[in-house]
Amino acid sequence: MASPRPEARLEPWKDPAAEPYVRIEKVTKKFGDFVAVHQVSLKIYRGEIFCLLGASGCGKTTLLRMLAGFEQPSEGRIWIDGTDMTGIPPYERPVNMMFQSYALFPHMTVEQNVAFGLKQDGVPKAEIRERVAAMLDLVKLTPFAGRRPHQLSGGQRQRVALARSLIKQPKLLLLDEPLGALDKKLREHTQFELVNLQEKLGVTFVVVTHDQEEAMTLASRIGVMDHGEIVQVGTPSDIYEYPNSRFVADFIGSVNLFEGTLIEDEPDYVRVSAAELGGTFYVSHGVSAPPNATVWVALRPEKITISREQPAGDEDNRVQGVVAEIAYLGDMSIYLVRLATGRTVRITQPNIRRQAAVSAERITWDEEVWLSWDAASPVVVTQ
Amino acid sequence: MIGRRSFFVTTAMAFGFAFLYVPILSMIIYSFNESRLVTVWAGFSTKWYVELFQNPQVLNAAKLSFKIAAINATGAVILGTLAGLALARFRRFKGRTLLTGMTTAPLVMPEVITGLSLLLLFVAMEQWFGWPAGRGVTTITIAHMTFSMAYVTVVIQSRLSTVDESLEEAAMDLGARPAKVFFLITLPIIFPAILAGWLLAFTLSWDDLVIASFVSGPGSSTLPLVIFSKVRLGVSPDINALATIMVTVVAIGIVVAGLYMQRQERQRERDVQAALAGNSP
Repeated sequence: MASPRPEARLEPWKDPAAEPYVRIEKVTKKFGDFVAVHQVSLKIYRGEIFCLLGASGCGKTTLLRMLAGFEQPSEGRIWIDGTDMTGIPPYERPVNMMFQSYALFPHMTVEQNVAFGLKQDGVPKAEIRERVAAMLDLVKLTPFAGRRPHQLSGGQRQRVALARSLIKQPKLLLLDEPLGALDKKLREHTQFELVNLQEKLGVTFVVVTHDQEEAMTLASRIGVMDHGEIVQVGTPSDIYEYPNSRFVADFIGSVNLFEGTLIEDEPDYVRVSAAELGGTFYVSHGVSAPPNATVWVALRPEKITISREQPAGDEDNRVQGVVAEIAYLGDMSIYLVRLATGRTVRITQPNIRRQAAVSAERITWDEEVWLSWDAASPVVVTQ
Repeated sequence: MIGRRSFFVTTAMAFGFAFLYVPILSMIIYSFNESRLVTVWAGFSTKWYVELFQNPQVLNAAKLSFKIAAINATGAVILGTLAGLALARFRRFKGRTLLTGMTTAPLVMPEVITGLSLLLLFVAMEQWFGWPAGRGVTTITIAHMTFSMAYVTVVIQSRLSTVDESLEEAAMDLGARPAKVFFLITLPIIFPAILAGWLLAFTLSWDDLVIASFVSGPGSSTLPLVIFSKVRLGVSPDINALATIMVTVVAIGIVVAGLYMQRQERQRERDVQAALAGNSP
């Protein structure tokens, strides 16, 4: 069946006719008096990599465990592939899970671990052998088939866990912090491998992570969670460029947040006066808020230009300050600029040219500088 | 300073070991004594060993003790594993603390009380519905199970608490029903603890005197009961011989188990090292 528009196939959440593969409806989970998940509703579509992102204890793992069937919702329902999952035990769900600890069976070899799921389904022995061999080949573990989990490195274990959870060709794979136990280098490498594998096999992934970088690289969409609630759902760039709250703006990446008052509110622009900034923001998008409401302006550090000369143009969207700190990170530098109001603003600039070559013209400590930004860069949030 | 301290440590150690092993050593030496008098050395002889193996009373008692110990250990392991599972895996249920306390209470209960209360229970049961008929092997086995089960429970529970629960969840996630999860995953993983629990329960039953003396009947004298009754008539050297054999068997068992575990541990460490030194990530 061909979709009406190509983008509807790539971004099924934009197509109102698309049938979600996983439908979570007003799910609440309570442990005693503690509400771990509160009134969460989500639609996840076939072939997506959906990341649940949040700090530890925000309820993301509980939500994942409810999808797997290890926990039953206190309220609400979960549908997977059109079937109500209420009361269906984990061993009867068309879902597999990769555990944060990998949970490899220590008394079995790599091969036996991977074959376990098929054996439970009573697949003929010859077919098991064939499919396990193919799977081990896919995750490049064939030479290690006869080893036990404790004889493997962290990266190898992670691949065994992945192979074991994929062997039954689940339509939905749940991954709990899949890269959490790997070191940084291996992690980046594995991220791309994971995405490739997902595309090759056409499985829907639901990934739980606290690492925003991981979520940004993997996800087709991210659901940001806080205190058991979903606060925003969107593509990585939506979440980063158009956060809907101070929490999301602050949680994803770093941000300069200014409290201010709405002084002009037109459909195509707003003007916000911010005491902390000592100036006004002119933002080229409308806001739905009453006039003179208190709002917050979020400005990403990399969207600020730093210069010695006064930028041309109006009085809006620029401010003067003194460089308080510079951190050289190699690929970029972070400047902390103190404004006349005492507020410090964070700016990041990519180091396009080599430092030594430009040392004379480089902005340095205690220098007076101008900060400016585009009218499209700041985001106004009302909560 | 260091010299004096090490002198102190050496002396303390020597006294400690002497305290533990001199009695056993003297018993072993006197088991090879020619003389009938235990305290008079009259030359080396193995005649008490020969005599021991010709004594049907002792041999029968040993066989009976072995049988009771084996049945008890098996029963205690089954019950103890179930209790251990309940305590380690079902985190929230009413009366959990009470159950924990109750399963471990027999560890500190005076044996005399355990023995007496069991005797009263058995007598009462016999009056109510005629089972168990009289005191004998059955009552001793049941009595032993009631207290050795507590030890097994503790061993199994502590092992289970170190086992990652997500192992069981992973098996369930891959399509195994709870019973299969238990037999394919949980049981193999806690097997060393089950073995240890079995040996512990076996030993507890094998050397129990107090409880057995309450609940035994005619024709059901276990080895400790026989030894005790013989000693009351005067220590005879064949008992020394019997004790020496028991000590030797136990010592061999411990040494073999220790060496095996040490080898396993070393092998494991080598494997982990090799994996970390990392042929390809």
